[in-house]
Amino acid sequence: MRDVAVIGVGMTKFGELWEQSLRDLITEAGMKAIADANLSGSDIDGAYVGTMSAGKFVGQEHIAPLVVDMAGLSNTHIPAVRVEAGDASGSVAFREAYLAVASGAHELVIAGGVEKMTDVSSSQMVNIQSTSCDQEWEAFFGASMSSLYGMMARAHMHRYGTTREQLAAVAVKNHANGVLNPNARFKFPIKPEDVLKAGMVADPLTTYDCAPASDGAAAVILCSMERARKFTDKPIRIAASVQASDTIALHDRRDICTMDSVVLAAKKAYAQAGITAEKVNLAEVHDAYTIGEIMAIEDLGFAEKGKGGIAAASGETALTGRIPINTSGGMKARGHPLGATGIAQIIEIVDQLKGRAGGRQVKDAKFGLAQSVGGTGATAVVNILEGGL
Amino acid sequence: MTVPRFWREIPQRYNLIGSKCGSCGTVDFPPRTICPHCRRKSIGKMEDIKLSGKGEIVSYSIVREAPEGFEIQVPYAMALIKLDDGPTLTAQIVDCELEEVKIGARVEAVFRRIQEESKSGVIYYGYKFQLAMPQVK
Ligand SMILES: [Zn+2]
Repeated sequence: MRDVAVIGVGMTKFGELWEQSLRDLITEAGMKAIADANLSGSDIDGAYVGTMSAGKFVGQEHIAPLVVDMAGLSNTHIPAVRVEAGDASGSVAFREAYLAVASGAHELVIAGGVEKMTDVSSSQMVNIQSTSCDQEWEAFFGASMSSLYGMMARAHMHRYGTTREQLAAVAVKNHANGVLNPNARFKFPIKPEDVLKAGMVADPLTTYDCAPASDGAAAVILCSMERARKFTDKPIRIAASVQASDTIALHDRRDICTMDSVVLAAKKAYAQAGITAEKVNLAEVHDAYTIGEIMAIEDLGFAEKGKGGIAAASGETALTGRIPINTSGGMKARGHPLGATGIAQIIEIVDQLKGRAGGRQVKDAKFGLAQSVGGTGATAVVNILEGGL
Repeated sequence: MTVPRFWREIPQRYNLIGSKCGSCGTVDFPPRTICPHCRRKSIGKMEDIKLSGKGEIVSYSIVREAPEGFEIQVPYAMALIKLDDGPTLTAQIVDCELEEVKIGARVEAVFRRIQEESKSGVIYYGYKFQLAMPQVK
């Protein structure tokens, strides 16, 4: 396996984008990534696109060749692969692209992610989001994705003494970061009481504990590290890319306060990168729900198990803290277009490692980590990127 | 969204039938055709087992933004229930005040209407759980 680099990135704004269709979104993101990498486009020899549920949201399947077609590349006839892994679809697309280049099977690959979510009704949205849970034995009985995360939150509070205020601190921090991100959906600060007093979605989670369903797309370009310097003087190396799985249903897990898939992926990723959690300078983690971020920082080794809430409330994970988490604003403030999220996380890490993250820049960052979860943890992906090479 | 036809005809939903591995004795619900512990050794040795339907709440949440088909039931309690027989499942807790739903509470299975498909009027049945009667000592 050879070393692989990210040489270009591009994304749309995330939000409720009435005027843009799914194809408009992914084409815009892809074109920006191609321009960022100083390519013409015709040198790309493979495409991977993550989308969770384009068929249910906009009635379109067979997304991958469509995307290549819309980018004006149909005459290159390159293989185009759609990847689906719940809301980890983008991260898995990224990993598939990485493996394609690392193995030598492909030279220059684009990995994208897209979701056009806001055209459906709110109860349809609840249904579609829960399709990455067990449909026959969770959703059939009335469980929504929010209620399953609500159960994780309730168990974490019961066992470790995690509080509603600590959950709220995650949302407050991510909004503060979102203010500094031009591509974020929510660019306004919030207070703890805004989270605590918002309407309940699934106790103990309020609207402000949940990332907003959004429209958006993101794309990155990968090639071998060896070739990367032809395109950029700041190639970002993929130091590790690891994926793990677990039972589809939350009720079959060993423990609902730990995602074993994340723990395992992180352990393998640190080994592949040859580093420990202490060497990571910043991380983008799966905060589809605030409890998700608290469990993530524990499972990734940034906080002791059960102390994630304390870490969030004490400022350790803030932009200026010991380990800045979700500098982009996370899914909470940047927005969560399911398939696009994993790629957007990679873009934030790349921008940080290149020193072009503007007002939210983390100083002298060398290693950045992106962690993504599909459903309630049946898929987990951990990618570690290295800059300053 | 319509519920796929094969879902309606899952009898385990009505009578809480799980599977027991003939090799290691592990009980699973929903029933499995292969034991995750014994894998190949368990093939052909998985037996049906009727579960007691008694258990304890592991965690819960109150659903206030419902999926399609459940809108008229909100707010309702969803819980993970660890059955005395071993497996854990997901179900609604009914016939009580929402404040009475607690981690550690003893519950037992009842059979109820689960959801109604508004377009076709088809009704789906299955298990829900209620708080167990306090034991007289
Ligand atoms: Zn067995």
